[in-house]
Amino acid sequence: MGISRRNFLGRVAAITGTAIFGSSTTAHALNTSNERNWDLWAKKSKAPVPEERLGVLVDTTVCIGCRRCEWACNEWNKNPNRPIKEFEASVYQKESVFNTVRRMHAENFTVVNRFINSKDSTPIYVKRQCMHCEDPGCLSSCFVDAYRKTKIGSVLYNPGVCIGCRYCMLACPFDVPAYEYNEPLNPQITKCTLCFDRISQGSVPACVEICPAQVMTFGKRSDLINLAHKRIIDNPGKYVDHIYGEHEVGGTSWLYLSSVPFDRIGFKTDLAETPIPKLSKGYLFGVKMFEIVGAWPLVFGAYYVISRARKKAKESHETSAEQKGEGHGEKH
Amino acid sequence: MKHPLSRREKAMAKNTNSWVREKIFLGMTPRDYIISLFTVPNLIAGGIIALAVAVMIWRLFFGLGASTNLSDNYPWGLWIGFDILVGIALAAPGLTLGTAVHLFGMKQYHHFVRPAILSSLLGYIFAVFALMFDLGRYYRIPYLLGGSWGFTSILFLIGWHFFLYINICLIEWSPALFEWLNLRKLREFFNKLAIWATIFGVVIAGGHQSALGGLYLLVPNKLHPLWYSSLLPVFFLLSAIFAGIAMVIVESTITHRIFKSQIENFSHAEFDKLTIGLGKGAASALFIYFILKIFAIADADTWAYLDTPYGYWFLVELLGFVLLPVFFFTSAARNDNAKLARFAGLITVLGVILNRLNVSIVAYNWDMPAALKYYPKWSEFSLSIGVVAMLVLAYRWIVNRMAIMREHPDYESSH
Repeated sequence: MGISRRNFLGRVAAITGTAIFGSSTTAHALNTSNERNWDLWAKKSKAPVPEERLGVLVDTTVCIGCRRCEWACNEWNKNPNRPIKEFEASVYQKESVFNTVRRMHAENFTVVNRFINSKDSTPIYVKRQCMHCEDPGCLSSCFVDAYRKTKIGSVLYNPGVCIGCRYCMLACPFDVPAYEYNEPLNPQITKCTLCFDRISQGSVPACVEICPAQVMTFGKRSDLINLAHKRIIDNPGKYVDHIYGEHEVGGTSWLYLSSVPFDRIGFKTDLAETPIPKLSKGYLFGVKMFEIVGAWPLVFGAYYVISRARKKAKESHETSAEQKGEGHGEKH
Repeated sequence: MKHPLSRREKAMAKNTNSWVREKIFLGMTPRDYIISLFTVPNLIAGGIIALAVAVMIWRLFFGLGASTNLSDNYPWGLWIGFDILVGIALAAPGLTLGTAVHLFGMKQYHHFVRPAILSSLLGYIFAVFALMFDLGRYYRIPYLLGGSWGFTSILFLIGWHFFLYINICLIEWSPALFEWLNLRKLREFFNKLAIWATIFGVVIAGGHQSALGGLYLLVPNKLHPLWYSSLLPVFFLLSAIFAGIAMVIVESTITHRIFKSQIENFSHAEFDKLTIGLGKGAASALFIYFILKIFAIADADTWAYLDTPYGYWFLVELLGFVLLPVFFFTSAARNDNAKLARFAGLITVLGVILNRLNVSIVAYNWDMPAALKYYPKWSEFSLSIGVVAMLVLAYRWIVNRMAIMREHPDYESSH
């Protein structure tokens, strides 16, 4: 690709920034995973390979809370990591990360949260990450077009054009995109890529691969929905009759099964089936129509009014000048 | 205001009645001029701005994490809520007065047009200036105009409209600039262009005022149901209209006091009459807004929320800062009470500030636990107030030099 203009600009800014600000800006370990996946997609998208929509089905009833998926995710995406033993220990610790409900941040693309089943007070562990919407709100909200929904299912982010406005973080109904707040010069949005770099090579996502309890099933989204329905029917009473992600905001690549209502395990259940982009589509269409079609009569109408008023003013000016015998007046 | 001047120019200004002395130093010698700047209000403004500049540097060196209380749950805070949402709504005088005078032919208000356009111009410029500190990669802002276009984004529409509207305001304002510089030909050219700019300005400003409300169409699950509505763009546009009118009332009250010496043939009675007339316009817009708000509640059937703490707060905003000024404006018109109209104008402006902050901060993530909510850091307030102080000083600097409040004696009125 060579050095494109934006890379060049960014680099110049980075260099001058480093020169002015000293080493304070270079100390941060920038996330590289999002950029790598975007570049990979940009390369691949040119080759016309038929791709199937893939996804992951999460059965929250079997998760044991080992948090190995978090470790594997950090490892694969080169996020700051700690020994895997520390992750596995959380389940037994009294003072553990499970005591608060966490969300994704700049340096972790996935988190496992613990909820307590009110029926039998057993713990329920729920892994969260980007849901990879079929019609993503982040994509439609981005004013520099930095997001793509790939054919394979991943929603990818391009740090190369991002201005850092953070509107995608508002637009996301699942509160997924996180921001590198402590990076003064080149902050990025960071999020799960559905391991685009792995699944586009025929592999499975890092979290799915490491899971010791077969919580996650990776496959074609349509197959996963059939599988989920089958599980609900085959195990009467075990699951609530709902696949989270099948219809929420128009459907997501990640699908969830649960034994308790979803609002008890940290999911928003007030989401409509309308995709987020649809919420602004009508308005945007209206504004464009108004400005392109409706504005013209207004402009010409105004021109008519102005020219008539000017004519009138000229006439009255002349008559008043005649009457008073004055030259230029400052009358209005 | 310290202006960069070469030593030679300074020497010239000292010795001769030079251009610089006339235009920049208001006819004083540089020494006298600098001494004249040391007044209590100036020193206060200087202190506020110095602190704000320190915060700006802090933000540039250490990022948003250090200088703000923003978080992954609250990506937008005071710098968007106040500097952009409030700032742009209050910068609507150019839109409302431009429409009234140039499109509806209400010539009696033409004295208000130049100050209104100047406050719009400066409002937008300083809002965008403040925005630069909120954007993570502010140096990439040209990408918006060329390179990477997000056509599906309301923010894209807003970005382009800001850019266009600042240019429109520049054209509208430029006749005053060229009168000051005594460039007659340019002044004539831009004077003709200004009317067209005003017409396009109405379309462009209406578009992006509503689009600012449109931004929040995407967050039905984060914004409190009383504030969320599919009518948000309409609410933002309507409230920008009465905010624009109310700002003209408030601003003119202040400027007529401060710059009184500039206004020839100033008639109190005439000024009061026009203020009340503006109040009538604001009252109509406020009332339509109020009715639509009630319709929105009825349509979404969110009555039950009114009897909750958020509901009480919503009622404070709607009854205290929308309905009450309607009564005040109406009463002012009936009793010819300009003072009451001015007071109502002030309440209306405060109400618009309250509304924008409610939408962007208070009612956003309303169901989140209090511990996770966002409370602005002192530095965020400091930067926002500092930018307002810069705006006020810039406004005064221009009004003291150019024909904003008055007619330029050498030029025929353009209206």
